[in-house]
Amino acid sequence: MSNQSGMFSSAVNLDLGASVQTAPAAVAGASDDDAVHDVVIVGSGPAGYTAAIYTARANLNPVVLAGSVTAGGELMNTTEVENYPGFIDGIMGPDLMGNMQQQAERFGADIRYEDVVSVELEGEVKTVTVEDGTVLRARAVIISTGSEYRKLGLPDEERLSGHGVSWCATCDGFFFKGQNIAVIGGGDSAIEEATFLTKFADKVTLIHRRDEFRASEIMRQRALDDPKIEILWNTKVTGINGENKVESLDLEDTVTGEASELAVTGLFVAIGSDPRVGLVKDQLELTADSTIAVDGRTSTTSLPGVFAAGDVVDPTYRQAITAAASGCVAAVDVEHYLAALDS
Amino acid sequence: MSAAKDVTDATFQAEVLENSKPTIVDFWAEWCGPCRQLGPVLDALAAEHAEQVDVVKVNVDDNPAIASQYGITSIPAVYLFANGEVAKTSIGAKPKSALEKEFGDYLSPSA
Repeated sequence: MSNQSGMFSSAVNLDLGASVQTAPAAVAGASDDDAVHDVVIVGSGPAGYTAAIYTARANLNPVVLAGSVTAGGELMNTTEVENYPGFIDGIMGPDLMGNMQQQAERFGADIRYEDVVSVELEGEVKTVTVEDGTVLRARAVIISTGSEYRKLGLPDEERLSGHGVSWCATCDGFFFKGQNIAVIGGGDSAIEEATFLTKFADKVTLIHRRDEFRASEIMRQRALDDPKIEILWNTKVTGINGENKVESLDLEDTVTGEASELAVTGLFVAIGSDPRVGLVKDQLELTADSTIAVDGRTSTTSLPGVFAAGDVVDPTYRQAITAAASGCVAAVDVEHYLAALDS
Repeated sequence: MSAAKDVTDATFQAEVLENSKPTIVDFWAEWCGPCRQLGPVLDALAAEHAEQVDVVKVNVDDNPAIASQYGITSIPAVYLFANGEVAKTSIGAKPKSALEKEFGDYLSPSA
């Protein structure tokens, strides 16, 4: 794959594509069709799938690279989504994403459960390489890679991950029946996790480094009213202790500096997420928040033909509905861009 | 979830610990989203490395004893057993290439 950038740096070398692709494509079926796609969408959260629905309906035959294990994005790890308009009684996150996927497929979107390993975004024809070596070419690319969980950055976090340290309450809450556990964070997702975990745990300590929550009022109230949730304000976690599994946390009062220890068997980390820009950070302009820089209310990035949508451009709102709306914006921008190229 | 054979608290000893081949165990549950995503990945891994390893799955809901014996608190958890012992562990849903890297010692034909 090392020769790719050379091969594809010029848009006129299109017919070379086929021979280049066969090299890493020893696995049957790995070489792509020779077509230059109108649009390839990287990512499959609300932004990616909404972009797929709109571009498919515009007859742009989108290819969605949905990811082998991350398809559906962050909502796949949630339970009830209560604030997505149109669902009176709420909807389960995985069901919502399943619906979006099927809606995109209904209009002909080509959804592939593969991971992108590299992109070349310069020039009129962009290339996107997936893990088995297949190279897809496209006139426009939408980057909707979302965000990834932030880690605490503590020395024992990695070692005890899977042994008491978790990022997914819906996956792991079950293992903490009748136990005392902690959640770190102060946003909606932290409170959602804490509330969900009270179904299993005896007691959930919500640890927040400030003296008020960032979370919405309804979530805030839910945490304050829950008899199983105890809140530690102005507190940060400075250490995770345990030989083979989590036994306790070292805490520090952010006001007084006083240190203490809290005995828990589980620690759920919900301190936010960072935009997933690894694939594109050397090719696209980023903002001070490390999101992909876009022009005003559009999805236009620093390179022509490259559009970005969803959490990867959004340091502020990061809701399912804003991501979906942003995917729609990108789809319409792609439509206009391609129409201008063709006219 | 994967199409792998179900192993239970009752059959774990015979199917995994006493298996002469290295065995990859997928600890999963119905309610775990990432477990569902990982299933097809493990199926592909099982098909490609059928001669080197067996791949089985344990439903932690139905088989709490095994999960608790190995101190599992996060799923999907993928454990590789060799000669009756845990040889490698991998937590979370990961792409096939990542699993192949982590379990590489046991997947190559010479192993």
